[in-house]
Amino acid sequence: MLDPKRPKPLPTPETQHFWDGMKRGELLLQRDKDTGEVYFPPRPFVPGTGSTNIEVFKASGKAILYSYVIHANPAPGFTPPYAIAVVQLEEGPRMMTNIVDCPQTPEALVLDMPLELVPTELDDTITLPLFRPAKG
Amino acid sequence: MLKPREIAIVGAAETTGLGKIPGMSNIQLHADSALNALKDCGLKVSDIDGIACAGESPTNLAHYLGIVPKYVDGTGVGGCSFMIHVRHAAAAISAGLCTTVLITHGESGSSRIGLNRPAPNPASLAGQFELPYGPFGPPTMFTIPVLRYMKERGLTHEQLANVSVVQREWAAMNPRARFRDPITVEDVLNSRMIAYPFRILQCCLVTDGGGALILTSAERAKDFPTKPVYILGTGESVETPMISQMKDFTSSAAFRVAGPTAMKAAGISHADVDHLMIYDAFAHLPIYGLEDLGFCKPGEAGAFIEARNTAPGGKLPMNTNGGGLSYTHTGMYGMFALQESVRQMRGTAPAQVKGAKVSVCHGVGGMFAASGTIVFTNEA
Repeated sequence: MLDPKRPKPLPTPETQHFWDGMKRGELLLQRDKDTGEVYFPPRPFVPGTGSTNIEVFKASGKAILYSYVIHANPAPGFTPPYAIAVVQLEEGPRMMTNIVDCPQTPEALVLDMPLELVPTELDDTITLPLFRPAKG
Repeated sequence: MLKPREIAIVGAAETTGLGKIPGMSNIQLHADSALNALKDCGLKVSDIDGIACAGESPTNLAHYLGIVPKYVDGTGVGGCSFMIHVRHAAAAISAGLCTTVLITHGESGSSRIGLNRPAPNPASLAGQFELPYGPFGPPTMFTIPVLRYMKERGLTHEQLANVSVVQREWAAMNPRARFRDPITVEDVLNSRMIAYPFRILQCCLVTDGGGALILTSAERAKDFPTKPVYILGTGESVETPMISQMKDFTSSAAFRVAGPTAMKAAGISHADVDHLMIYDAFAHLPIYGLEDLGFCKPGEAGAFIEARNTAPGGKLPMNTNGGGLSYTHTGMYGMFALQESVRQMRGTAPAQVKGAKVSVCHGVGGMFAASGTIVFTNEA
């Protein structure tokens, strides 16, 4: 269970589909239908070109650990030490997250280690995309 | 197009006190800097017809000083806002929008008296896609790309620690610097952990203070009591408000626009640079700055600093006031980097680089979110 004091995202019309997807346990990304380029965070057009010829699709949930810090001090909703991580999704985009089911140490958190999605409920409306070391 | 040496800095000063200033609110720190800069160059408040500031709205500043200006710039993109203010002010004076611009910074970063710091917005993209994972202030965000940099570029923990060690050497020569006692790499690596791999001695200070600059045309600058410091070149850019969305974790896209744009406009090569300021909120920033501005090849800046090139006596004196790591850091440090460049060009810095003619001053805003670069010279 996540600490309810964790900062809670407030969805906007442009991101609501993402949070609805997470509620179902699906990580949704967007891509440019002309070029196949995948982007994140959500917006109803392709950054850099402005094209609205886009589609929403379900990501594999596979990622690698790209970088992180391990916070040594407490923060609202968090007990130290905890890692604030950036993962690179198999589809390309990167996102901030936390790594669960794993010691929060430099020895256990090895860059480029394979990860898998763990949709984790924050409350009735928000499910966060957390990650854990991939099994197998 | 703004020409090199067309505009000069004629007034420059910091707040009377620095560090802990419990007797002044945020806006008064702006005013204290402004009044000191006016006194520095012999102007009155009524001589100012353009203003720029960050951390307070320019409306607050204009009202507080009692000015109704013809030119206003409230660009607020973090600590490099002041470099960008200098750039815009120079263009505005050149275009005839105004004649004399006052740029101020004041921040009650430590005492937090009357500080304007808006609460995080949970509906912003950062509020939705970063804050739920526990970043809590710059030490846990600005530092996130560094482990990636270390893996890809081979930077060691010792080299990262050494950035703080060298800057403390400069601070030791500066009576106004907050921390002046020598430190070793071991001291840094044994200091309190903040956010692995960053320890307290690799993170900037949190202080009260401010600074102000006054710009006018080079033509008018000749009539001032101060030695004019000419603007040779300028650059600015922004990339992303989210550290997780920085395109390349080993290099800042905003740095790569602002720095080279300023150097090109100045018409200088790296060998022409006598003095360098690279905003150092954290120990990795000088490393990214040296590489993105082309002073070092990718992956070489850690060793470049370790070889004492930027230390006292080195060929590229950098962060000669002691930097955000040892001199002062109110929250938006860029103004203090500019002040040190001006002092070096005037020949009045506590750790003066003898014969320095060209100074490059490079700022960062947010967490690699924004950038501004100014190239100065004291040669007309």
